[in-house]
Amino acid sequence: MAARTRYAPDRGLTVRMTATMFLLGLVFVAFVALIIGIMTAVHASGAAIVLVALIFGGGSAILSLFYSDKIALAAAGAIEVSPQQAPQLHGVVDRLCALADMDKPRVAIAPTDMPNAFATGRNSKNSVLVVTEGLLRRLDRDELEGVLAHELSHVAHKDVQVMTVASLLAIVAGLLVRFAFYSELFGGGRRNNDQNAFPVILVIMVVSAVVYAISFLLIRLLSRYRELAADRSGALLTGQPSALASALQKVSGAMSRIPTQDLRAAEPLNAFYFAPAMRLNGNGPSLSTLFSTHPSLEKRLEQLAKIQRQLGQASPR
Amino acid sequence: MGFLDTLFGRTKPVQPKLDDLFALPSAAITLQAATGFAPTGSGSVCFRAVEGKTFSDVQAEVRELLDMDSGKPGGGLPVEVTKDSYGFTWLVSSHMSDELDALVTDLHAVNSALVDNGFGPQLLCTLVAFRDQAERRLALVYLYKRGTFYPFAPLSGERRDNALELQVRGALGEDLKIEQDLTKWFPVWGAPGL
Repeated sequence: MAARTRYAPDRGLTVRMTATMFLLGLVFVAFVALIIGIMTAVHASGAAIVLVALIFGGGSAILSLFYSDKIALAAAGAIEVSPQQAPQLHGVVDRLCALADMDKPRVAIAPTDMPNAFATGRNSKNSVLVVTEGLLRRLDRDELEGVLAHELSHVAHKDVQVMTVASLLAIVAGLLVRFAFYSELFGGGRRNNDQNAFPVILVIMVVSAVVYAISFLLIRLLSRYRELAADRSGALLTGQPSALASALQKVSGAMSRIPTQDLRAAEPLNAFYFAPAMRLNGNGPSLSTLFSTHPSLEKRLEQLAKIQRQLGQASPR
Repeated sequence: MGFLDTLFGRTKPVQPKLDDLFALPSAAITLQAATGFAPTGSGSVCFRAVEGKTFSDVQAEVRELLDMDSGKPGGGLPVEVTKDSYGFTWLVSSHMSDELDALVTDLHAVNSALVDNGFGPQLLCTLVAFRDQAERRLALVYLYKRGTFYPFAPLSGERRDNALELQVRGALGEDLKIEQDLTKWFPVWGAPGL
């Protein structure tokens, strides 16, 4: 029996996410093909550089994935809490995990006033869910539940893994730009031995820079779609889309009143936060939305309103 | 959840498993024989209410349905509705202590009403209360999403009698599907009807 459900998947979002991932894959394949093409055309001289970039990039991605929970805990200064220390918080997480039938992540509290939350970890067993004291202070019970459901959805969607794989390309391309630059800077003496070395390195540098820029934009786009997906799953899990909407409004409002020094320190963690801690300002709204890791507040609220209507349908489809 | 669903961030709400609940009456007999804990006749269904009128209509319907039988022999008391400190709703059904079958039927009516109206994913757990001669409290909690049971024995001051819980697990291992993963035995402090 196909279960009758009000919880219909959002096809549009799936299609957009597929397109983004496809483009990222395409850029990656094109990049590798181009590098190989250049190498074979000029009888390989920069192969070592590409190999080193791949090893370094891949290695650092795997390491950061493996230790993501510990790195994030340390960076946020968060302390893991036991059910005895924070019974209410653990209670909410217990119930949400039982509703969603997922493993319970560890729970930690970060002693900052900035209201936010994030979840990270390489798999569901090693995940950690971090909330800040500011969040616990500002949100009421249902809003907090909405935020935690959003974060648990990130864990269920394996967003840390997906984004790590997605950013691998950008890491490798970025490293190549740097390696090519340094090898040009310090390896100049060898140029007499190999007449082709200079243009090859230059071409690799340019190609890598372009690939880096494109993949950076695509990764940000993917990140925004995944935020929307997490909002959606979180709202469906609790059945309270408006509680999540209200939490979003509160957190976004409070965020802009916090002094910037705190925010700069928080920037590296931005992609995993519930709401972005840093706003890009200056170059107009279109550019800042392009670079943003999170969708705009309006877009998120709009989606939640749509879910609210779906849940309120008199007869399930 | 499938690989593609993970990749595209499409969590499917988990549908509840309802059938295993009916193993409860026979397990209660085993429990009483092994540990002296007898059913109090009260049990409850816990779910997360969805905002909006559609859900509250369904909830009112369920309540009406269960109250129809109240007062008649075997019908039990009218249903009590309470909201706990986590925002979850509990429907408490109270019967005589020897009417466990009728109680389970009541609980099942709540489940199937929610599932039929497409709100199955909102079901959290069902709880059936037990007591022994020394007035120690015990609940068997049924987790809908996993179709498993676990014992919960609260003591005063938000402490749990883990020894008793493990003893119950041993006693009921053959009658009920007991939740193997102990981290899923979450406490339901102050659950109504316990």
